[in-house]
Amino acid sequence: MSTLTRPAAAVDDSVVRRSRRRSAKGSGSGLREKKSLPLTAIMIVFLVYSFAPLFYLIVNSTKSQDDLLSTFGLWFGGGFDLFANIRDVFTYNGGIFLQWFGNTLLYVVVGAGGATFLATIAGYGLAKFRFVGRRLVFAVVLGSIAIPGTALAVPTFLLFSKLGLTNTPWAIILPSLVSPFGLYLVWTYAVDAIPTELLEAARMDGASEIRIFFTIAVKLLTPGIVTVLLFSVVAVWNNYFLPLIMLSDPRWYPLTVGLNQWSQQASGVAAHPIYNLVVTGSLLTIIPIVVVFLLLQRYWQSGLGAGGVKE
Amino acid sequence: MSSRAITGLRTKRALDVPGRRRRKTRGSLSGWLFVGPFMVVLIAMLIVPIGYALYLSLFRDQLIGGNHFVGLANYAQLLQDSKFWSGFLRVLVFLVIQVPIMLVLALVAALALDSARVHAAGFFRIAIFLPYAVPGVVAALIWGFIYGPQFGLTGSFNSAIGIDLLQPFTPTWILTSIGNIVTWEFLGYNMIIFFAALRVVPTDLYEAAALDGAGPLRTILSIKIPALRGSMVIATIFSIIGSFQLFNEPNLLKSLAPNVIGTFFTPNMYAYNLSFAGQQFNYSATVAIVMGVITAVIAYVVQVRGTRTENR
Repeated sequence: MSTLTRPAAAVDDSVVRRSRRRSAKGSGSGLREKKSLPLTAIMIVFLVYSFAPLFYLIVNSTKSQDDLLSTFGLWFGGGFDLFANIRDVFTYNGGIFLQWFGNTLLYVVVGAGGATFLATIAGYGLAKFRFVGRRLVFAVVLGSIAIPGTALAVPTFLLFSKLGLTNTPWAIILPSLVSPFGLYLVWTYAVDAIPTELLEAARMDGASEIRIFFTIAVKLLTPGIVTVLLFSVVAVWNNYFLPLIMLSDPRWYPLTVGLNQWSQQASGVAAHPIYNLVVTGSLLTIIPIVVVFLLLQRYWQSGLGAGGVKE
Repeated sequence: MSSRAITGLRTKRALDVPGRRRRKTRGSLSGWLFVGPFMVVLIAMLIVPIGYALYLSLFRDQLIGGNHFVGLANYAQLLQDSKFWSGFLRVLVFLVIQVPIMLVLALVAALALDSARVHAAGFFRIAIFLPYAVPGVVAALIWGFIYGPQFGLTGSFNSAIGIDLLQPFTPTWILTSIGNIVTWEFLGYNMIIFFAALRVVPTDLYEAAALDGAGPLRTILSIKIPALRGSMVIATIFSIIGSFQLFNEPNLLKSLAPNVIGTFFTPNMYAYNLSFAGQQFNYSATVAIVMGVITAVIAYVVQVRGTRTENR
């Protein structure tokens, strides 16, 4: 991330220096720019907006079905039923939630992992090799960024049903493997991050291209790769439309489709609401992905800057 | 589609790869070794479905005569189809109102964070970004509960003020309700994109501005906003795609507001319901293609226009 952190640090410097200049004229207290209460207050408004629904989710996951319907939504109810709810989520309907969780993991590991691998090698290839058809590849990839994935979902379903692939894990995994934007990120990243001289030197020493890629390129590309992986993971973890149309057997559902099925139980002829399970299941669904984001924050915070926005 | 449009993003330097002529053959083999697998999957999962949808859209499956070629009849029918156009108009209104609000809010947040004058800026940055990690389905479920009369907050709010001010599931309010969910999901994501772009603005620009006596507002208007143009183009394109392809949120709220959200509420819901409720696969493919083309064309225009102003 050197290309990014350096200018960022430089900006900080200038802020400090400017404020020093200003403070020399003015009150003359600190070295850093004075913190502004109104600006902080604006950010608190944003924070409340972003957090209120999550707070609602946490609060209501501690309530039983009865408390959910009878107590005020933004505060805790009479009892504390979080653990009972979690137990019910995992045992309801023969433990189907755990099955959905496992399916989601499978789709994420194979789909997002595969997408990241393909985008990485292709991004590296585009950045560091000149080959016949390169401009064509370039045009096709950039063109496909603008093609909305959801517009392809119905045609892909029709195609897959002809091939007998619907209602199998492949129906979710195969379309997830394409990530033109991921390729774009790796490609822009690789142009700067990998010195061509280094590759030339390795070639002089007789290293094969594959070896060069795995020993040199992967190391230098790691921040870019992690960013692409993170966003592929989110895309697959959160995928709803594709599995909704591809899968009819609940045993193959990912969490998103499964949760919605639970939520739908509340309406219709044989209505049997299990709102407390939907709420607690939702909470359990977002925890892993939130944890991943918090652990890998330094990658996505800078990696996003590498994508798309540099000139 | 658009090698030209993208050029604004990077291109020129990247295309001048330091390759050498005599290496060309070897480079070709190695290059395709790396790029080949991606292209195979891209063709199989992107190009082939598009081709198949195009093929389907030229046929019609009828009780009498079976599956037969009808030329552009499906497209002609679509042009006259008020269900399709009402959905299209709806997402267009949604796009024109929701996207600017979301992007301006994201911009305000990013500028505030970048000013270095906010307490605990790192905490705010992460906290506001977190909704992006929440699956759209879960977001729609949570907000659906919050909107809902049974154990939601709007009921409590309305009884507190004594009138039924908030009615999220009425025809007048439903687009606002959906727009709020989408804004909540993507506000932080766009904020981070803008913020990351602001961090790479060259320092000497700020120094020069300060020397010229420019205040914070002047710096924002003359340096920061122009520096954000590239990322704004990207954010706008993704938002346009998201709006035109709107599906998850209305489809999930449908069970809560069945009389307001119909089967053709958005073009994508229409395509979905044509396929899965109506078995009209050919017509459904036509809807998908037309929406895909409209989306891609508008995204392309934004890209080109954004790039052109950039080169001014």
